[in-house]
Amino acid sequence: MKFKVQVDVSLRSGIADPAGATIERALPALGYEGVSGVSVGKTIRFTIEASDQEEAEAHAEDLCASFLINPVIEDATVTVEAGNGDL
Amino acid sequence: MSQPLHRALGLTDDEAGRIEEILERPANPLELAMYSVMWSEHCSYKSSRIHLKRLPTEAPWVLVGPGENAGVVDVGDGIAAAIRIESHNHPSAIEPYQGAATGVGGILRDIFTMGARPIALMDPLRFGPLDDPRSRWIAEGVVAGVSGYGNAVGVPTVGGEVVFDETYRGNPLVNVLCLGLLPTERLVLGQASGIGNLAVLLGSSTGRDGIGGVSVLASAGFSDADDGDKRPSVQVGDPFEEKRLIEACLQLLDEGLVVGIQDLGGAGLTCATSETASRGGVGMDVDVSAVPRREPEMEPHEVMTSESQERMLAIVEPEGMERVLAICERWEVRAAVIGRVTEGGSLRILDGFDGEVLADVPAASLDDEAPLYDRPREEPLHPLGPSADDLEPPVDPGEDLLGLLTDPSWVYSQYDHQLFLNTVVGPGDDATVLRLKHPTTGHDTGRGLALTTDGNHRWCAVDPRRGTALVVAEAVLNLACVGARPLAVVNCLNFGNPEHPEVMWQLSEAVDGMSEACTAFGTPVIGGNVSLYNESAGSDIAPTPVIGLLGLVDRLVSRPPGAHLVEGNRLLLLGPAEIGLGGSLWGASRGAPGGEMPSVDTAMHTSVSDLVRELVLDGMVEGVHDLSAGGLGVALAEMATRSGVGVHVARVAGHRELFGEGPSRVVVSVDPEVLTEVMDRVEAAAVPASRIGMAIGDRMIVKDLMDLSLVEVSAAFTSRLPEALGSGTTNRQPDGR
Amino acid sequence: MTALVGVVVFPGSNCEMDCVESVGLLGGEGRLLWHGDDDVSGVDAVIVPGGFAHGDYLRPGAIARFSPVMSAVARFAADGGPVVGICNGFQVLTEAGLLPGALQKNSGLKFLCQPSTIRVSSENSSLTSRASVGDELSIPINHFEGNYTCDSETLAKLRGEDMIVLRYVDNPNGSVDDIAGVCNEGRNVVGLMPHPERACNEILGSSDGGVLLGSLLDLAA
Repeated sequence: MKFKVQVDVSLRSGIADPAGATIERALPALGYEGVSGVSVGKTIRFTIEASDQEEAEAHAEDLCASFLINPVIEDATVTVEAGNGDL
Repeated sequence: MSQPLHRALGLTDDEAGRIEEILERPANPLELAMYSVMWSEHCSYKSSRIHLKRLPTEAPWVLVGPGENAGVVDVGDGIAAAIRIESHNHPSAIEPYQGAATGVGGILRDIFTMGARPIALMDPLRFGPLDDPRSRWIAEGVVAGVSGYGNAVGVPTVGGEVVFDETYRGNPLVNVLCLGLLPTERLVLGQASGIGNLAVLLGSSTGRDGIGGVSVLASAGFSDADDGDKRPSVQVGDPFEEKRLIEACLQLLDEGLVVGIQDLGGAGLTCATSETASRGGVGMDVDVSAVPRREPEMEPHEVMTSESQERMLAIVEPEGMERVLAICERWEVRAAVIGRVTEGGSLRILDGFDGEVLADVPAASLDDEAPLYDRPREEPLHPLGPSADDLEPPVDPGEDLLGLLTDPSWVYSQYDHQLFLNTVVGPGDDATVLRLKHPTTGHDTGRGLALTTDGNHRWCAVDPRRGTALVVAEAVLNLACVGARPLAVVNCLNFGNPEHPEVMWQLSEAVDGMSEACTAFGTPVIGGNVSLYNESAGSDIAPTPVIGLLGLVDRLVSRPPGAHLVEGNRLLLLGPAEIGLGGSLWGASRGAPGGEMPSVDTAMHTSVSDLVRELVLDGMVEGVHDLSAGGLGVALAEMATRSGVGVHVARVAGHRELFGEGPSRVVVSVDPEVLTEVMDRVEAAAVPASRIGMAIGDRMIVKDLMDLSLVEVSAAFTSRLPEALGSGTTNRQPDGR
Repeated sequence: MTALVGVVVFPGSNCEMDCVESVGLLGGEGRLLWHGDDDVSGVDAVIVPGGFAHGDYLRPGAIARFSPVMSAVARFAADGGPVVGICNGFQVLTEAGLLPGALQKNSGLKFLCQPSTIRVSSENSSLTSRASVGDELSIPINHFEGNYTCDSETLAKLRGEDMIVLRYVDNPNGSVDDIAGVCNEGRNVVGLMPHPERACNEILGSSDGGVLLGSLLDLAA
């Protein structure tokens, strides 16, 4: 079976996020008030072959922990859904 | 389609007729597409070629002149230098980061196509005013693109220019220059030979990037509701692919595995296949179905005209193919045989080598038989605007000076300018100096290469002929300031719409000015690029010929002194007194771009340049800086800021002497111990000189005109770009070159 | 005996020849080590040089650390062999777990190529044996992601065990505690963001980098 995986990578709490801070600082000048907590991350998407949802999640979590993120500075949320191809 | 296909593709009725004559039959849509891209202004130079012929191109040290992928000169010790400059103005106006990045990628390929390892990039950049948000966005994106691509591809960006001016609002100029070195015996040309040899496409897969005008051919039509993916898309650069492509191609050349190689730039495969075949006097069969693609359902005309980046076409003997594939695999570079060299001169596009013939045209006709226009020229009637000569003297010249200062380090601190351990003088000085090391053995010759790019739209707007000559002269003097003698010029002619007679007049005049100056200074023009249609909202940019000048430092044992001052030094102003406010930075800043502007006395200029070069090489001066935009005032301020030492200057009659601009003028900072010797040499060279003051203290004092603290001057100099463009942490130290 | 220094080459590395040149200038000999070879035998020290290994895609060093040569480098380091990661090489060593911490984007969100002054904080490492604590060295930086980060326990440990080797005098990138270079517990693996190989020749502006690379050669010879 094929599963669609989406990994949302964000900076761990407490790690400085200069990109997020810069965007936040720029907003008032552009006329957007009241926006806070801006954080910048990235999304990685792929399909994975597995026998069931549980195995797919385990594979994805493992791939994420060993390669896709650097646990010193990053956290990830992994979403796995049954399905093929285009996300 | 409401109009004939050829017009939709941008071909005139006459051009379409000419194509029919060449083919002796009507062209099919694919063939028309191929002619339309090859006969475009961008590829054929159809409006400018007639003028470019007037440029001097020969000298004993020139190995390859204009017309090839890059010019090449012999720099001694078995080393040849390949150099080229190009524009990426229009793509950068639309998508600044990718426009600049792909400009860098393209110029690199032009250099390693010649068998040369790229060792340095330069980026002359021109943007709209800093108070225009869109211009700031373009500037930040372009600088980030040069930085992002150039740094990652591993070629240092060692210099350039950055100019902000109203004339570039909406139409920035992004010029890129690349210098490469090769062992003289390895020079390769972009030509095919050997019937039966294979044409191998190396690098990225082919997508619909940069298809541009040819997209009108998409068979699905182009109705408004149509799918967006057929629309022309922005080219995206991949520096990592390019890095591997450079290493793979240089190894292929090292091992003698390619008989010819050509990069894919404008007009993509159509250009690369037709040019290699035409230069080699052979034909080529191209199997369009063998081209690796990035997107499904691409049509032959899309594949043949795509400008996807990071691709090269190598001509390989069949018996070498196995080794070629092994090298490509090592560098993880894709390689696909897409063509064969054939007898005769036909470029045939096939659907499979034994399949249907989709196009069949004489290869040479795409290139050599491109139309040549002598477009109407007319000197503009209207004067440029108010004359700076008519302006009232400034109430506070010091205040005016502060407004003219710009430190470009916000830009170049984002560029790796030190890689390869060659950079003796980096960006921010009059010219860059690189150690000259043999490209394969690494042997240090004890000599140096010097490089500068120069342009000045203000001078060229007042008088394109005189202004262009002044630009060439400035470049020559820039090299002298670092101890170098000039060897060869490359040019990038950025002009407006050639269908405007005033623009063609400017172009023609600029070419004449360049020709006269280059002839006088013995610097052949070995390559160039013409960028036309630089206009926005119907308004042409000011004429902006930009030149790159390559020179040699014959003895490189220590760093040249640069724009430096030493406490207690005497200041000498060398060169003639002829200056003017016409076309000056000060005049422009006061809204008066016109006025009187001096011309270059080439004999005097040569005397000054020779004198300065010898003084620098012999270690006779502790600081040297040529007078350029902003005149004496700006030159002194830059020297003071960079060294952290003030100046006390007299004998400056007024604002005209402070801000006026003229050729052949240099400030040198001289240790009093050797002042007599320096003055003797100045006199022997018959160069006018005046002792204007000394380097001392922490103020910039020009008697009767200004008295500023160095802190104030430095703050104005360093804060302008970071304040306008964001918070780069430039911790530039005094004299932190 | 001439010290033989292996210099790792990943696709996308670009400072490898500069390291070879500067090692040669200091009396050693550099030899390139291809990333696909699981072997560093014969060399006395290893430099993981600067550049953009694998394009820095995903994260700097994230893909490079899986190269076969990195297994060999890890074994070499475990046996006490001196290993230095410069710039991108520092990023690779942190990703590979051979050094603590991580390197984030510069706080100014700009690539920075400029002179920097760094102060020696420990002379007890494979890169600083020729230096004295407090020495100030002029060595350029050239990076986008040089902002050293670690959690507070790691930082306490780095301080407590004298593992901070070099600090910036004027912190250019936001690194915690001005850290420019750190070593591992064995003190044989060192990573730093500044480029000592660019500061080994006065004509290029500084020869202070010779103190650092010279220390490496002493250890290797």
